[in-house]
Amino acid sequence: MDFEPKILGIACNWCTYTGADLAGTTRLKYPQNVRTVRVMCSSRINPSFIIRAFQLGADGVLVGGCHPGDCHYGTGNLYARRKLAVTKKILEFAGMEPKRFRVEWISASEGKKYAEVVEEFTNDVKALGPQTKFKIRKD
Amino acid sequence: MSRIGVFVCHCGLNIAKTVRVSELAEFARTLPDVVVAEDYKFMCSTPGQELIQNDIRKHNLDRVIVAACSPLMHERTFRKVIENAGLNQYLLSIVNVREQDSWVTEDEDVATTKAKALINGAVFRARLLQPLVSRFIDVNPDVMVVGGGIAGIQAALELADTGKKVYLVERSPTIGGHMAQFDKTFPTLDCSACILTPKMDAVLQSSNIELLTYCEVEEVKGFVGNFDIKIRQKARYVDHDKCNACLACTEKCPGRGVSEWDEGLVKRKAIYIPFPQAVPQKPVIDRENCTFFKKGKCRLCEKVCEQEAIDFEQKDTFREVKVGAVILATGYDLMDTKPLIQYGYGKLPGVHHALELERLFNSAGPTSGKVVMRDGKTEPQSIAILHCIGSRDKNNHEYCSRVCCMYSLKFAHLLKEKTHGDVYQLYIDMRAPGKGYEEFYNRLVEEDVKFIRGKAARVTDKTDNPDHAGKLIVEVEDTLTSQFVTIPVDMVVLSPAMKPRQDAKDMARLFNLSTDKYGFFMERHPKLAPLSTMTDGVFIAGACQSPKDIPDSVSQGTGAAAEALTIVVKDKMELEAATAIVNSAACCGCQNCVRVCPYGAPMFNYEKNVSEINEALCKGCGLCAASCPASAIITRHFTNDQVMAEMEGLMEF
Ligand SMILES: Cc1cc2nc3c(=O)[nH]c(=O)nc-3n(C[C@H](O)[C@H](O)[C@H](O)COP(=O)(O)OP(=O)(O)OC[C@H]3O[C@@H](n4cnc5c(N)ncnc54)[C@H](O)[C@@H]3O)c2cc1C
Repeated sequence: MDFEPKILGIACNWCTYTGADLAGTTRLKYPQNVRTVRVMCSSRINPSFIIRAFQLGADGVLVGGCHPGDCHYGTGNLYARRKLAVTKKILEFAGMEPKRFRVEWISASEGKKYAEVVEEFTNDVKALGPQTKFKIRKD
Repeated sequence: MSRIGVFVCHCGLNIAKTVRVSELAEFARTLPDVVVAEDYKFMCSTPGQELIQNDIRKHNLDRVIVAACSPLMHERTFRKVIENAGLNQYLLSIVNVREQDSWVTEDEDVATTKAKALINGAVFRARLLQPLVSRFIDVNPDVMVVGGGIAGIQAALELADTGKKVYLVERSPTIGGHMAQFDKTFPTLDCSACILTPKMDAVLQSSNIELLTYCEVEEVKGFVGNFDIKIRQKARYVDHDKCNACLACTEKCPGRGVSEWDEGLVKRKAIYIPFPQAVPQKPVIDRENCTFFKKGKCRLCEKVCEQEAIDFEQKDTFREVKVGAVILATGYDLMDTKPLIQYGYGKLPGVHHALELERLFNSAGPTSGKVVMRDGKTEPQSIAILHCIGSRDKNNHEYCSRVCCMYSLKFAHLLKEKTHGDVYQLYIDMRAPGKGYEEFYNRLVEEDVKFIRGKAARVTDKTDNPDHAGKLIVEVEDTLTSQFVTIPVDMVVLSPAMKPRQDAKDMARLFNLSTDKYGFFMERHPKLAPLSTMTDGVFIAGACQSPKDIPDSVSQGTGAAAEALTIVVKDKMELEAATAIVNSAACCGCQNCVRVCPYGAPMFNYEKNVSEINEALCKGCGLCAASCPASAIITRHFTNDQVMAEMEGLMEF
């Protein structure tokens, strides 16, 4: 059987989560490997969430927020952008394949973009195979 | 130990077609702390709601999970449901198995597995949910309407009628919008001015409306119930308090500017009112074209003004306005057809766009209502009206602009009335859905108008046929006869797309709205909340949401007024309780939270050396929590533990 990656999604309520809903309302079809946690703002995301997701066995983590400048809370995603850029560097430093972590700005009207990003990311992660580096095995 | 109930909705077949709902309920029953799990056809219906409430009582539930549509759709509904059964509304988790599951795959196994993972995540999170107490704040009773076209006017008048104070902000020197440019309106052909100007006057007369023309929104702070909006009053160089509207100044002025009102067909004075019925009747000086501002001398207007109202020193001024709700009714722009070089607009003088023709029809227009060529005297003997210019066109605007078929028919009728010429309609499809619209079309078919089904390919003045010399040649494939035809005419009228305002994106940013893929303001829900936006307390009406005719814009204006009223009639309103709090024992005093918060909610208590959060200002975004190096800030309802537990549940499958 093909390897089906497990991907954790974290999406902000106002843009990316709404955009993902729009993909549904317009009945776009895309791979269903992403399981999404909704937060109010991408700025809520603590870098430890990302690391924890990998520890829990996520093969990839996809974060979505409003386009910089369009944050529902004004400046939240600007902080998120910096914080997540550093997180990515740290992950890479710790040996994580860079393609397992992706941050995308997807607005409420970009249902199509959401579906495309998920499809592309799922394929990228699939190509990398299971993530074992950070995963904590349960015994 | 909690007692969780899981309720799986079929949503008719919307969910049940791809997700095996009974298997899902069965699965839920095996999860820790779940004491009951059921599936039902429509959870949001009355029987569905009762099912949940009965189970809460029967099984003594203390957490409820509803697997149904998106939380953005019905979270509020189900919060009420559990609250009415005695549970705190925050002890609810919605699992989105429709928009983000059953609708986006056709594979049953895939959809069902994903749904299981999502429910598992929700159960993990639900166990850690805490009851929260809602807060209430005072609501400012006033409303702001931005845009004084027909939609905004209607909204303002309705609100004023209920006794509410309204600020009507209009960027041009007069209200009226596009409708004020028209002569007649379809399908009834009633005179535009006769139905619009009384409304404009009513705005002026209303003691509840404060009319702010020549003004723009500069900055928006606050939120639903308590917006704080900074307005820029652009310098008019005329003191409107002193001006008595005698308009002697406009007669003497030697400066000339392009008349926006007449679509550039003629010039207007540099000190002007846009058109004779403008509201207010007081002039402004267009600085760019004013002789004094350009050359340093003139001041003729000042000399003739007995009121001493001219003030060349005037500057833009700013004021803050506080309101509880906002209605945006900023309308549309007509697409610029110059870039579509195949139609020759701007190069071939006989080619006009639709608004130019409106002005030619208008008795208050540049030709006093005569339809003539650009020379100002020759009556066209033949006119072709070209539909769908830039609309229904993948290279420009994919959407249908909805009103062009109808106003093109109106044009044909008026051209028949005002000229002796032949009139051609070149259309792709005739779209006339609306009360009395199909009948209007049938009427025109009888009026000897020549209908050709086909989109014009090109307009040119080059021809080998000596009979056609001096004419404009319209080339089109008649798709009913599959023949390529050329039509020689004197005048061509383009019916261009209605598009979002040039600055719609800036407005969207100011008010935190989303725009659709074309740039129109996006509604909260296309069917159920067409006038609301994702920003609570900000509503939209008229053509700023999508192309619309006057009847629809007026209905929306009234509707938006009612929506705004639902907020401002209340003295107090409930706020999200999901705010952040500081665990002062853990706070290290770094003040990161104080620096990052966009709302100024965290404040540093210098006595205790810890941060404290002002709940009334906190919007619950969670930025401070994620920025706190000591993990001392808790974003309620989205705590670290809750988020991580949900992740754990999700990743188990
Ligand atoms: C050629 C033509 C003919 C038409 N004929 C008909 C007809 O016969 N019958 C019919 O039913 N419909 C007709 N329509 C459609 C009609 O124009 C619209 O339905 C109507 O004008 C929409 O009203 P509105 O108030 O939404 O927008 P608008 O009329 O565009 O008014 C918007 C107002 O908001 C102001 N504004 C914009 N941005 C800002 C800002 N940032 N701040 C402050 N103020 C701002 C503008 O200055 C303007 O006054 C026609 C359209 C065209 C193009």
